[in-house]
Amino acid sequence: MNKFSVNLTINDIPVTVPEGTTILEAAKKLDFRIPTLCYHEDLCVAGNCRVCVVEQVGAKALVAACATPVAEGMCIHTNSATVRTARKTIIQLLLSEHNADCTKCYKNGNCELQNLAHEYRVGEHVFIDLINERRLTIDDLSPSIIKDDSKCIRCQRCVRTCHDIQGVSALAVAYKGDHQKISTFLDHPLVEVVCTNCGQCINRCPVGALVEKTNIEEVWDAINDPTKHVVVQTAPAVRVAIGEELGYDPGERLTGKMVTALRRLGFNSVLDTDFTADLTILEEGTELLTRLKKVLVDKDETVALPMTTSCSPGWVKFIEHTFPEFLPNVSTCKSPQQMFGALAKTYYATKKGLKAQDVCVVSIMPCTAKKYEANRPEMRSSGYKDVDYVLTTRELGTMIKQAGINFRNLEESHYDSLMGDSTGAGVIFGATGGVMEAALRTVYEIVTGREVPFKNLNILPVRGIEGVREATIKIEGCQPEWGFLEGVEVSCAVAHSLANAKKLMEAVKAGLVNYHFIEIMACPGGCLGGGGQPIPTSAEIRNKRSQAIYNEDAGLPLRKSHDNPEVKILYEEFLGAPNSHKAHTLLHTHYTPRKRY
Amino acid sequence: MLDVQKIIEDVTQVYGKSRTALMPILQAVVKERNYLEDKEMIAVAKALDLSPAEVFGTASFYTFLDTVPRGKYCIRVCKTISCHMAGKDEIIKALEDTLRIKVGETTVDKQFTLMTANCLGWCHKGPVMLINDEVYPELTPQRAIEIVNGYRRENAG
Repeated sequence: MNKFSVNLTINDIPVTVPEGTTILEAAKKLDFRIPTLCYHEDLCVAGNCRVCVVEQVGAKALVAACATPVAEGMCIHTNSATVRTARKTIIQLLLSEHNADCTKCYKNGNCELQNLAHEYRVGEHVFIDLINERRLTIDDLSPSIIKDDSKCIRCQRCVRTCHDIQGVSALAVAYKGDHQKISTFLDHPLVEVVCTNCGQCINRCPVGALVEKTNIEEVWDAINDPTKHVVVQTAPAVRVAIGEELGYDPGERLTGKMVTALRRLGFNSVLDTDFTADLTILEEGTELLTRLKKVLVDKDETVALPMTTSCSPGWVKFIEHTFPEFLPNVSTCKSPQQMFGALAKTYYATKKGLKAQDVCVVSIMPCTAKKYEANRPEMRSSGYKDVDYVLTTRELGTMIKQAGINFRNLEESHYDSLMGDSTGAGVIFGATGGVMEAALRTVYEIVTGREVPFKNLNILPVRGIEGVREATIKIEGCQPEWGFLEGVEVSCAVAHSLANAKKLMEAVKAGLVNYHFIEIMACPGGCLGGGGQPIPTSAEIRNKRSQAIYNEDAGLPLRKSHDNPEVKILYEEFLGAPNSHKAHTLLHTHYTPRKRY
Repeated sequence: MLDVQKIIEDVTQVYGKSRTALMPILQAVVKERNYLEDKEMIAVAKALDLSPAEVFGTASFYTFLDTVPRGKYCIRVCKTISCHMAGKDEIIKALEDTLRIKVGETTVDKQFTLMTANCLGWCHKGPVMLINDEVYPELTPQRAIEIVNGYRRENAG
């Protein structure tokens, strides 16, 4: 359908835009930035903060630029005296209800309200400070998220994120008027409700009301403790986003410099979660093939298909709350982070002649739910807490800055050996569809002895940004032991963001679709859009990180998990074979049904 | 015993299993028992495919949809300006004395909860109070106590 063009002027400059464009978007086209707080390009329009008000000639009152569509002949002024006065007053009113203790705030220096207060030089607070009247509290019981209501400006980005993107609605608007607040069910702490710890709310909170629970100090302490051998692992999505914390444009691949920086921070060994991503593929691929055999050959009705991935701790907690009847469908494989931790305190420790209790495992993750995952009681198969501390990409950026490292001038270096090798298949775990692609590269080759029939191993149908994607691969020319799969069309689905996951699982539940294997990532875009990634994140930024991940994969000599030389050695010397008893003890887990609020 | 499943069934037959049914269900529960229990909000959320936080959010917005235990009789004295001028403070004092509770509290026998309310629209006949759905205008402290005693007798008999 053709859209009509609309002509208007903004600050006396004519502009033509398609109908339905908002004043905010039209102004952006002319490079006029209108300040916003409640507006976020990933979310529906709310229009509640009023900071984007502009003057429309002839209108009785100022209009919200984010919520007002353009009309023919409109004359807009974005920076008139009236607008400036109104905006300044709005910012001052917001501050009167905001705990503006900026120097103590975790978001100091990265706060949208602070930036506006600075830009408009608000000076002394002209309105009575109401913050003490409201007696708001801090919920810091979650291992992942701190919610400080005294900082909240009630823009409701978090509420829209939790509802529209994640379909969780752990957070909702409660009470009214001056008592209005963002609340969980009955104001329970986040640990006690359906919150998946995904951190997408943190990623969108314009102020310091929702932040990650930081572990930077604990990690410094471990590094400075001479009795500890501190091992660090880095998730695939961190290397393509850490630059944004350090002044680079989005989409810069900085693997080598990041490794050098981690060494300079004082970690004893810099290793790679991609190594255990490759290991996950062998464990999970074998599990899938075993399930297929049990269903197709043994006609075992106790075995659940489709099998879903289990790498995303947000997804795991979501399914535990929302679809507990599908827990048998979730792969028993631990996530790569936890496989790494379990091996670091057993295999790695033995090889290096260390005691397990002296090894401290730190993970750098694009994720806040990983902090929760590391604290799960199931994740102690080494006899100790397998992963001691989890830092987000943002926290790593902070540590690099604290250490005074000039990141741009660093030389590139390689990961250390023993659990530092990886393939392109491990790298693409960071993008939605990546686990599926990596698994197909390996499973197809195990079954047929040939590479997947896609040019350059790029399984394009599972890549992309659509919320739910499907692909089928027909298996032909099987090796003799996999003869039962001859002619089978393996049917796969990929979903990212939990709202899409919910849709997909409801279709599975209703019997509308039949898949063998489903990959689900809790965050939009997969881990590269994770809740621990640099702020801001937008569709464009996620796209650039995604390109960087696929470029990293394409540039690596080894691109199939089963070719990872260190993984081969691990099986030969320690685990035996995929899904062996030892592998099950260390690398697999179980799940717990949880309540629905 | 309040049967929330029955209420959900009845209301969703009229309004369907969408968010539209939320307010009528909550109102029906409160009509029967003056407040919403946690497990009822969870049941409603499940039936309408909402999150319990959203149900709580909606309930907490409305003064008359209480989410904490209330007595069998909810007394709401209008606190807005006309009733204030007409002597609502004396009415509240008399009620506090006879019920031996403060505003916001419930009697030990769980019969009465004393609250204040914003304008009830009876400014010409203030001071005014509501007991559940009944309006009592043109109150004096003595009259307020007599009304409460009437409820007490009704309950005893």
